[in-house]
Order: sequence, then structure tokens, then C-alpha cells
Amino acid sequence: MDLDVKLSILADAAKYDASCAASGSKRSGDGRQVTGGGAGVCHSYTPDGRCITLLKVLLTNHCIFDCKYCVNRVGNDTPRARFTAAEVVGLTLDFHRRNYIDGLFLSSGVIQNADYTMEQMAEVARSLREDHRFNGYIHLKAVPGVSDELLEKAGRYADRLSANIELPTQEDLDALAPGKTHAGIESSMATIAARVAESKTERAKSKAAPPFAPGGQSTQLIVGATPASDRLLLATATGLYQKHQLRRVYYSAFSPIPHGDVRLPGQAPPLLREHRLYQADWLMRFYGFEAGELTTLDQPALDLECDPKLAWALRHRAEFPVDVNRASRGQLLRVPGLGVRNVLRILAIRRYRSLRLEDLRVLRVSLRKVGPFVITADHNPAVKAIDRLDLRGRVAPLHSQLELFAASRSALVGEV
Amino acid sequence: MILVRFEPTFTAWRAEARRLLQQKMEPGQVLWQPNDASQPMLDGLGAASEAPPARIANRTEPTKPSTVPRVFLDAAWMASHHRDPQRWALLYRVLWRIDAGERCLMNIGVDPDIHLLEDLRKQVGRECHKMKAFVRFREVKTEAASHWVAWYQPEHDVVEMTAPAFIQRMDEVCWSILTPDRCAHWELKRLTFSPGAKVTDAPDADAVEELWRTYYRGTFNPARVNERCMTRNMPRRYWKNLPEAQDIAGLLGETTNKPAKGD
Repeated sequence: MDLDVKLSILADAAKYDASCAASGSKRSGDGRQVTGGGAGVCHSYTPDGRCITLLKVLLTNHCIFDCKYCVNRVGNDTPRARFTAAEVVGLTLDFHRRNYIDGLFLSSGVIQNADYTMEQMAEVARSLREDHRFNGYIHLKAVPGVSDELLEKAGRYADRLSANIELPTQEDLDALAPGKTHAGIESSMATIAARVAESKTERAKSKAAPPFAPGGQSTQLIVGATPASDRLLLATATGLYQKHQLRRVYYSAFSPIPHGDVRLPGQAPPLLREHRLYQADWLMRFYGFEAGELTTLDQPALDLECDPKLAWALRHRAEFPVDVNRASRGQLLRVPGLGVRNVLRILAIRRYRSLRLEDLRVLRVSLRKVGPFVITADHNPAVKAIDRLDLRGRVAPLHSQLELFAASRSALVGEV
Repeated sequence: MILVRFEPTFTAWRAEARRLLQQKMEPGQVLWQPNDASQPMLDGLGAASEAPPARIANRTEPTKPSTVPRVFLDAAWMASHHRDPQRWALLYRVLWRIDAGERCLMNIGVDPDIHLLEDLRKQVGRECHKMKAFVRFREVKTEAASHWVAWYQPEHDVVEMTAPAFIQRMDEVCWSILTPDRCAHWELKRLTFSPGAKVTDAPDADAVEELWRTYYRGTFNPARVNERCMTRNMPRRYWKNLPEAQDIAGLLGETTNKPAKGD
């Protein structure tokens, strides 16, 4: 089969995520100086608004598993192809040299067994690092059920590893992905986390110690293939962040596939749901929110019409208004419409002078959104609206046609 | 009113600014004329400054080199690469205010002058980022080894700023980046610059570009078309030098014929 044809079949892997996985690698030419990756660069954008940073391919889309949500499941009639290790190495080097990509993201269907597949993938990474002195970014998928020895080999050459949790409960996995178990996947995550931490400690003492996935690990949850609520997804994500020191959790909207199983929904979840989950994820990681605060038991789904922080503020009006010239960093981070960077700017500026409403406008804060929630040094008439019954209508986004990915970077993330 | 002629580089501006500061020339009295401009630039355009009137009367201390915060020098260096002809006057105005006593001026992001300076700095920074993203090399095979050549048209003159990033990325091959302002050349050990080039000096497409375009088309998901997001991050002015941009119209054309989701 022609390389061109293989590439078009196996590039399919990247089609169903909305994510920006822009991560870089800080390696010297000989690979000896290694630090936990920097930011990568998005080298191109496709007309679906997603960016291309890495060569994201499957080594092969033959697979022995029968996961109902996957287009490559063994029961499905789809064109199959397989790269040789040398072909993937060649593509990566050629694309990297021409500045199309920063690195490789390699996943695979499972052929023969988990260990055999992982061996092939680790070989691609080894060849890139040792035969060609490749200093770009490499991300390898850990195949479910793989042995610890092969994880060790993969981690030696990769910047980041990931083992996909896919679905939040074991019951979901039993129904849709027989053959995969939470216990097995979490065991791989635990092994990776332990080795990453161990390697960091060793390298702090001596640079000669071998690196292990300096970029840490991430995982993916599929959204909308089961009735699992946003509350459950966020609780699962929090648990994984804490237990296994994950860098990122990716929330990938389920995409219906041709001849899908009857247990699967016929429609994809609204794309906005994925966006709200990423916003909630950001709130947990950078704004000091707990997962339990972002939804309630009565309403376990995230509000689609307004962002989670605004939704929280509308439920907790007693916390507002907040004085921008006196409030703590934590309180400022909870004001709808104030992002992390603007909060830091406000904290820096107010050492020298008091902030007025006009200053917030100069900082490009949306006064329509922020107005009812803050007190400034000058008169802010909008703050009287904090007690109005119709406050939600006054601050929620204006357009009735919901914009997909209205915010830019906070939404452009995801992985397979 | 004095007229200052100088090379439009940060170093030259800095030398002149130092001299003017020591002579206590107010920003409004200075006409900046870079050597390649036909019209001199008068300060006074831009937002009204909040600084009080000239403090010359208070300056009784002997002339000594003024110190300015590092933050200002870094921001000024970046802003100096912008193409806005008013930038030199703005930099001197901010320098004057810092020297006159507003030592913490750089922290006050809402001050009109600082806001302008920040805008210039951000635009230059963004152009650096886009240059690192959108430069596309092509292989020119010679008998000895391959030479990698790219043609690029940056919005601001950022070739010198981004060249080190490319060295770090590919230091083991010889490459050149050609732009209309100036060209950067890496010869395995040394980085040199030469005057600007024309698009006809750049090489033609090669076979790997076809594979790249296959990959580009393959990753597009027609169910999620979002042209606005794409053009916001990859504005049309860059498309002429991106091989994959030729496929965009075709991919968008496909989506109008797609059946609705759920069918």
C-alpha cells in the first residue's frame, strides 16, 4: 500500500478530538539535557478550528478489541492499514525538518496482544532518539494491559505517556469496551506516576540518570457515550489528578460511527458540553474551585448557556460584590469575567493606585459581565443589579445561537 | 525643537535617547527621524499622557547615567521591532516619565502610554510566535548536503529575534530564511544575515509537501467546521506561504454537502 494512502487512513486517529496538545520538548541535540517539556507551537489550523502541532497517527488500525464507540473496532468494516516503524520515523523526521510539526503522537490499535503492540511503538521512539538524534516531542499511548517492562522502555524515549480511562465507571467499560478494566488502566497510571516521580528525584541528584517521561502523563474521558453526568466526570477527573499526578485530562466528545452499537446514542453530545467541561477543568486547576462546587446534586449537568464560573456566581450571590481594590486573590479569581492574567494585573496595579471601572475596561474586561459583581474606586451603577431576579439574563452571553468554542485557548484541547 | 537622525535600531535609539535625556530635552521638543524615513515623526500623537509638566526646574543633580528598570528595556527592545513609525517617540516619552520619577510606571497597565507600549510589545511577540509556527522549509539538494530554505513575510521585522529558536530546533543542517526585510543563514556554526530577498529566490515545492497536505486533509473533521476559529489563529495573510492552505477551500466545500448529524 502506498505511503500516501496509509497516511490518509491512519491520520484518522486525529479526526475525533478537538484538542490542542501543543507541548514541546526541551532536549539538547544529544538528548542528554532533558527537562519536563515546554510549550509547543501550533503550526497549522484546519477548517474545523483545531490546530496541528504533532503528527498524530495510529501505527495500525487493525485491532483485536471491540470497543463499541470506536470506528476501528474489530467488528467494523473499515479500510485497514499498518505502518512500518521506519515509515513513521521517516514521516516524523521529514515533517519536523520542514517545521510542520513539533513532534509525534503515536497511538495504535492492538494487534496480537498489548505487549507486542507496545513493543512496536516503543521501537519507533527508540529509533527516533537513538538512530536519528531526534530532539522533538514524542507522546506514546500506553496500550491497555501492557507490562511494566514495556512501560519502562516507552518512558525512556517519550516525553509524555498516556493511558486512557475512556469511561468513568467499570459498568460503562463492561458494556462498551469489554476487555478493558479500570483496575488495569489505573495500574498502568500508577506505575507511570511512580516512575516519573522517581526519575525526577534521581535526575535532581545526577544528570546521568536516565529520564522517564519528563512531561508526565495524561488521560482521556469520552463524553456523551454513556449517561454519565458532568458531576460524575468531574469527580472522576479530580480523583485521577490526585491519585496519579496527571498533567491533563482530555474530554473528547463521542462521535457517532457508522453501524454503531444500539447501546450508543445516535447523536453526539452538543459540542458546547465538551467546551464547558474544559472550562470546569480549568476552574479546578487554576481558579481554586473544587469539583463539587461546579455542579449540584439537583443539576449534575454543567449549564450550557453560560460558563461554569458565572453559573456558580449566580448561585452564590451572597459572596458578591467583591471590592477589586481590597479583595484577596482567591476572591478575585471567582469574579465572572476576570481571568487569571487580569487578576494578576489587578493585584500588581493596585499597589500603586486604586482601580476604577474605566481601568477594568482598559484591561479588556467585559463590563457587562463583571459589572454587577464588583466594587471599584469610583461609582459603579451596575452593582445594584446583583440582587435582581433577572440578573442571569443581563450577564449571560447575548447570542441565542450558541457559539462553539467561543473562548479560544481554554477550549482547544483534547486527545485520543 | 530638535531633529534627531538615527538608524532605526534599538541600539541607535538608545544612544540618542540617553544623550537627549542628559540634555533634558522634553519629549514634545524632539522630532525623531530614522534614516530610512522621508517624514520626521513628531511626538504628541497617541493618548494624552498623565505626567505633570516638565520637571526641568527640579533637576539639580549632576549629570549621571540614568538607570531604568529592566522591564522597560525589555519591553522597549521588543516594541522597537514594530513597524509603527510612532514607536520611537513613544519609547522616549515613557523613558522621560520613568526618569522624571515615575519609577513604577511599568507596573501600571492601565496608564495610556504603558497600554500603547504593551500593545506594540504584544503584537511583536505574537508575530514572533506566528513566525515560529508558519515558516515552511523546502529542501534544496546539492551534491554535498541538503540546504533547507524558507520564504516568509513577517508583519514586523522579527527575523533576528526568532533565528535562535530555529537554531535550537535544527542546528545540524544548513538553513536559510528569506524575508523581504532581511535573510537569516545558518551554516552549522555561524548565524549570518543578508539583505532582503524576493519570493522568486525561494525554491519550489517537493514531494513531502504532498504527504503533508494528505495529512492536513486527513485530520479535518467536517462535522466540526469552524472557519472563524481557524482564521482567527491563522489569518489569511499567511496563507500564501503555507502549502496546506491550498486545500482549505476544497475542505470547506465538502462540508456544505455533508448530511446532517444523526442521519
